[in-house]
Amino acid sequence: MKNRPGILEQLLVKGPPSLWLLPAFLLLYPAMSSDFFTVQIGAYSLILGTISLSLMMLAGYGGMVSLAQLTVAGLAGYLMAIFGENSVGVMGFGWPWWITSVWAILLAAIFSAFVGAVSVRTEGIYTIMITLAIAVAFYFLVRQNYILFNGWTGYAGIEPPTVLGIYWRDPVPFYYLSLAVAALFYWAVVYCSRSTFGLSLQAIRDNPRRMHALGYNVALHRVTAYFLSGLVAATAGVLLVWFNGRISPGSVSVGVVIDILVIAVLGGLRHPIGPFIGAIAFVLLENFAIDLIDRERFNTVIGLVFLLVVLYSPDGLLGLWGKLRTRITHSGKTGPSEIRGETGSKSVDSIESS
Amino acid sequence: MHRFLNKHPTWAVLILLATSILAWLVFSVWPAWLVDLIGRKKTLVNTLINGLTLGGLYFLVASGFTLIFGLMRNVNLAHGTMYLLGAYIGYEVAEFSNNWFLGLIAAFIAVGLGGMLMQLLVFRRMEGDDLRQTLVTIAISIIAADLMLAIWTGTTYQFTPPEWLFGSVTLPIVSVIKSSGEVVYLKYPSYRLAVLILSVIAGIALWLFLNKTRVGMMIRAGVDDRDMLSASGVNIQLVFMLVFGIGAGLAGLAGVVGGTALSIAPGEDIRYLLASLVVVIVGGLGSITGAAIGALIIGLAEQFGLAYFPTYGVVITFLIMVMVLAIRPQGIMGKR
Repeated sequence: MKNRPGILEQLLVKGPPSLWLLPAFLLLYPAMSSDFFTVQIGAYSLILGTISLSLMMLAGYGGMVSLAQLTVAGLAGYLMAIFGENSVGVMGFGWPWWITSVWAILLAAIFSAFVGAVSVRTEGIYTIMITLAIAVAFYFLVRQNYILFNGWTGYAGIEPPTVLGIYWRDPVPFYYLSLAVAALFYWAVVYCSRSTFGLSLQAIRDNPRRMHALGYNVALHRVTAYFLSGLVAATAGVLLVWFNGRISPGSVSVGVVIDILVIAVLGGLRHPIGPFIGAIAFVLLENFAIDLIDRERFNTVIGLVFLLVVLYSPDGLLGLWGKLRTRITHSGKTGPSEIRGETGSKSVDSIESS
Repeated sequence: MHRFLNKHPTWAVLILLATSILAWLVFSVWPAWLVDLIGRKKTLVNTLINGLTLGGLYFLVASGFTLIFGLMRNVNLAHGTMYLLGAYIGYEVAEFSNNWFLGLIAAFIAVGLGGMLMQLLVFRRMEGDDLRQTLVTIAISIIAADLMLAIWTGTTYQFTPPEWLFGSVTLPIVSVIKSSGEVVYLKYPSYRLAVLILSVIAGIALWLFLNKTRVGMMIRAGVDDRDMLSASGVNIQLVFMLVFGIGAGLAGLAGVVGGTALSIAPGEDIRYLLASLVVVIVGGLGSITGAAIGALIIGLAEQFGLAYFPTYGVVITFLIMVMVLAIRPQGIMGKR
């Protein structure tokens, strides 16, 4: 570690101001805002962003657009209710929180790996279909099944624990918990994308046949990616169930599954920051669009926004920002090729060329 | 037939054996030990016919889905929405004109036109970009589902089928012979039988259209090689619009048929989207025959699941899908 000291110092001095302004803002955010903004906007955006992050890492780096990420998160939530405590009186083994959460996350991640194993032998557009079918099937299962999932009612009274004398449901601790989880996984995804595994996954996205010929185990890489993304989604799922305090079939319904896709696409699938930007935009829309139009018609608004983004800015808000920045720095002299180069690596659009 | 017999003698024998056992189960009078083993005959035969009927309905929905995919590589996730839209439009027209058949035709035409418009205005602009097309269909289904909820609210609607389809028919299948010697025959709702017959007719019509007409020939050529077809002077955009129209229209038609057999309510779109997805994954994307086989398997599996393992019905459907994907990822009739 001695030969590269001052990494932090370097970043602070030479890096762009956003590099330390953003963390500083995120850390100080609860001090500046009310409880509503801290939890309902802040923490909720971070949780949704983390679930979408798990979709982004699969879609952006692996070229696999999986719609089962929310299902993984939902399964983790259900497992928390089954192994831990709930107020419904069905299941609820009452295990201590640290066993319950570890178990829930691990089992949900294994489920995610299983989803991967089911869908990796097909490619491209099939992935969306299969994962959507799994997500819908899971929704119908939890709705029908009363023995394990308590059917239509679902579970209630799932509470975060009191650790170190802090009750983690309180606004400020819960915000910091969500922030810590989001930051950890953001860092992990960035780190992972530059690791050998991440690079070979991206190479597999671009040309699976060539990677197979080079001796890489394509299926294993993909299933591993599903497992890792499952860990991210499941951890966020545990936070989500603590946030809501309950879970029911409505929490894993197709609408919510699609919301996660909308968030990821809205933000942009090319960089891990995209899902968080998308989540903030989504949550703000959800909370404040209803002031402008009828509360009931929120889905029309979000659908229209999604449609506009897909039609006019396939890279989401992130792509919009990239274009804008190029426009400003090059003051209108840029050709399309330079804009392409600016946004970096191969586009997600080319996944489907199977 | 001969070729199949020569090529797969074991399979042929197995299929023959299974068919004869099934025929015996359906037509014989069950001995007491069999009733003790698997329950009353009425349950089994009813479940079987229910499964066939549901399979017919699923075929009507999924054939449009697979037709659109086969030619345009467009996974239309708004297909369930088209089903529901067709059901609502059909309901309104049937209520207004007091004629169920007018509702059926109106649903086919209206939803078909909607599909054509979608192809013309949206999908044509992003040809060859599967992911974006799929995302657009998702966006459309979100908006349409919400608007339909606004117009028709959350109420459940029920069609009245034409008079002569009301009631039930007695099937020439013996249910049970009472101790008094009286023979009890099975009864079955006539409308559901009509659904089965209608879907068989639709399947045959679709097959004739694709295999015996000039346009059908173009469509099949387009499925195999799109660029070559357009190079040989066919206006491929017109063919695309036509196919999208037929595919969407079939979904709308299925909406009226299914809405009459069951009911119309928000949420049905998701059910039939799942059905189409699983049917084409199992049967093979792009193949009409595959859609028929897949629909039959899933329809039967769902009804048997409902009758014999009530709360785990979906799991059976899901397991079938996983099994097919593990053994034959491209689906039963799919091409690589």
